[in-house]
Amino acid sequence: MSWPEFGIIALRVVVTFVLLLVVTVINVWAERKIVADMQSRIGPSRAGPWGILQTVADGLKLFFKESVIPRKVELGLYLLAPFLAIIPAFLIFMMVPWGRPFMIGDYEVTLQGADLNIGLLFILAMSSMAVYAVVLAGWSSGSKYPLLGGVRATAQAISYEAAMGLAMVAVVVFTATQGLGGTLSMAEIVERQTGTWGDISPVLSFVPRWNIFPQIVAFIIFMIAIVAETNRAPFDLVEAEQELVGGFHTEYSGMRFAMFFLAEYVNIFSMSAIAATLFLGGWAGPTFEGFLPGLISGLLPTIYFLIKTYAIVFVFFWLRATLPRLRYDQLMTLGWKGLIPAALVWLVISTVAIGFRQFGAPWS
Amino acid sequence: MAESILFVLMAVGALVGAVTIVAARNPVYSAMGLLGTLFSMAVLYVLQLAHLVAAVQVIVYAGAVLTLFLFVIMLIGVDKSEDWDEKLPYQRALVGGLGGLIALFAGALTVSDDFDWVPAATITIPEATNGTIQAIAELLFTDWVLAFEATALLLTIAAAGAIGLAHYRRGQE
Repeated sequence: MSWPEFGIIALRVVVTFVLLLVVTVINVWAERKIVADMQSRIGPSRAGPWGILQTVADGLKLFFKESVIPRKVELGLYLLAPFLAIIPAFLIFMMVPWGRPFMIGDYEVTLQGADLNIGLLFILAMSSMAVYAVVLAGWSSGSKYPLLGGVRATAQAISYEAAMGLAMVAVVVFTATQGLGGTLSMAEIVERQTGTWGDISPVLSFVPRWNIFPQIVAFIIFMIAIVAETNRAPFDLVEAEQELVGGFHTEYSGMRFAMFFLAEYVNIFSMSAIAATLFLGGWAGPTFEGFLPGLISGLLPTIYFLIKTYAIVFVFFWLRATLPRLRYDQLMTLGWKGLIPAALVWLVISTVAIGFRQFGAPWS
Repeated sequence: MAESILFVLMAVGALVGAVTIVAARNPVYSAMGLLGTLFSMAVLYVLQLAHLVAAVQVIVYAGAVLTLFLFVIMLIGVDKSEDWDEKLPYQRALVGGLGGLIALFAGALTVSDDFDWVPAATITIPEATNGTIQAIAELLFTDWVLAFEATALLLTIAAAGAIGLAHYRRGQE
């Protein structure tokens, strides 16, 4: 690998990292504002215009706070857990393409942390790593409420990851028919959602070629699963305030707490971005090449990506403001008896339908 | 160069994890050692361009299986360090003897530098970063489809059997 190539890769990773930090600062503020609005409150309004600097102020406060370490903790794992939370959160977003690739000279620059050919599997792997942070934080705190939160987190993560994976499989099988051979690369999956459904019927020539239309059931399952994966309301039993004080992060304070907090919001954004990429076409959209200056039509895909992602992020906040928390047995019933069978049945239906379209009826 | 550095780092990580598994007094730390070993092995697979194997290793073993281990450890509360009685009296001597023999063999081999009896591996480097998944999928669903499906069936039967056993015992009480 030559030095300029290495530089471009490093730059790509740094830019993706900074993008993620900026949107997280906005997301925390946006959640407080949106939830406040839904509850007829004003929300943060003092720091900066519309209170937009509130997150910065909170972040600075947490940074300078004392990090209290309780006496009964298992020190090594207690200190390690916040890092285990934050590293997978950032690594997941590295797989998401957030803009259209463009050329500098004869070198193609992709707006994506890294394009692996096992992109989707990498995302699954990292999201299964994320649960260790919660489990270990809960266990190492040496206190009963965090431990309960940790045990709940384990069961919840295992249950909903299966449904999430199965929903992804349906999309992957469908994507395989949209181009030459199957693929797990996120960039390729977006590439295959460009254009419209015009080739199926001329009526559909204004409907974008997004996976959500043929895979609507998979989309619904995936959405429920990612809300559960990120431990957000109505699936926030891991940190249920009324039952477990704060759950796994009860015993954390200062910067260590801030890292859990940051990881949660980074995860919300990453998971929304993945949903947007898999089902809503990622950065795909009309760029009006030739009508608009090159720079603007080059930036439009990134804007489309952000709009789609924020539409899903908004659903997260909306759910939190609207739905009451599930009981633990309801959570398990929904996961094992609802989502996983539904995902399996949908996978079979979708695969049979795709096979029928692709190869014709088996008896003909 | 970068590969060698990564290899040494991950090899050390795998070994440290492996020692932690057996040496740790607390089962949770043992599980963490196992996690370290599995993860280091996954990175080593990536160095061998076996991306799929690495991802599957992390998802299945580091992700699902180890999470279940931790769940069980926490649920049945064996997470306190305990002094176990030695159930197998000659275990330590036996392990020491066998380990010594292996070390002696490896040492003698390294000193004599006689590796002719090792069959030469035929190395075919797969096309980097594209094609490994496709190649594996093609083999799995053509030449080995029977073995693949039989394994799937075996796992399903095992899972169903485990559930059946658990329910049967509860019904008897």
